[in-house]
Amino acid sequence: MPLSYFQWIENSGIGQAIRSSNWMFPVIEAFHLAGLSLIGGAVLILDMRLFDVGLRQMPVARLARAVQPFLNGSLGLMLTTGTLLFLSEAVKCYYSAAFWMKMVFLALAIIFTYTVQQRVALADQAPGPLLSKLVGVVSIILWAGVGIGGRWIAFQ
Amino acid sequence: MISSLDSFVRWLADTRWSIALHESRYMYLVVESVHVLTLTGFVGLSAMLDLRLMGLTMRDVPVSQITRRIVPWMAVGFVVMVASGSLLFYAIPVRSYHSVWFRLKMAMMLFAGLNAWIFHEKEHRRVAEWDLEPVPPRAARVAGAASLILWILIIFSGRFIAYNWFDCDRPQSATIKALAGCTDASAQNSP
Repeated sequence: MPLSYFQWIENSGIGQAIRSSNWMFPVIEAFHLAGLSLIGGAVLILDMRLFDVGLRQMPVARLARAVQPFLNGSLGLMLTTGTLLFLSEAVKCYYSAAFWMKMVFLALAIIFTYTVQQRVALADQAPGPLLSKLVGVVSIILWAGVGIGGRWIAFQ
Repeated sequence: MISSLDSFVRWLADTRWSIALHESRYMYLVVESVHVLTLTGFVGLSAMLDLRLMGLTMRDVPVSQITRRIVPWMAVGFVVMVASGSLLFYAIPVRSYHSVWFRLKMAMMLFAGLNAWIFHEKEHRRVAEWDLEPVPPRAARVAGAASLILWILIIFSGRFIAYNWFDCDRPQSATIKALAGCTDASAQNSP
């Protein structure tokens, strides 16, 4: 994607409004971080269960269904606030390796969570221990990559 | 008391490891990343418990099962979170000590701790009586909501420590100066 596209995004009305305020970016960032902890809880409690720790007595499918609305809701909050943050510093992101790393992890994490993990967790038959653990580990690694990448965007 | 804490953080800022951490290119960032990740784990799991106490999720799971199975993991996250947070404070002691956001954050953590302790001593002692209720009694719902709100606000104020709106080395109102405990010395730019 060409740089000019990112420059255009950064100069958009919303991007400029956020950049010219000295509290808007921090406040959006704070919501982004609060959303991160919520999505972290939803992801972690399910991945731990897949790894056979935590809520072991609870069937995987029931737990997956229980955390689903919080996963969806916090992901929605993350994507909204994340997009706003991006709009205000698109050019910086363009040059940030951490940003691109985060986007790759984010895409993989979303795809994996809503296809593979969901299929395994919600299957009528409980997943075997090996598959279950594998799915849990991959999910944790992908989401941790998103979080670490995000934190490191600030350090360029 | 106040002035001795002030000289303590000044002394801390001059210690070798504080300077090393402050000036290191990667260590500080690593510690900060660890802090954010463990906070995600601790506050995230804590939020799931709070939501159960509020009767908003996992209604068919006994509350005692969640506290027994999840709280030990929260404790692990809490220890790493506090350790990494302490290191972040140690790297920038004077400015952090005089940060209104840091002070607000510590006060709210105290309230969060108090809230958890009261819940543990009162409602949770009688958990057997309401363990299976999809929507726990009012006191437990209030404790869950208070915890969730406090931790979200703690994350907010933690994030705001990074911004210098209310720093002592900038012009501030008398109220902010009092809240931040600004002194002539802290008006100088210091870590």
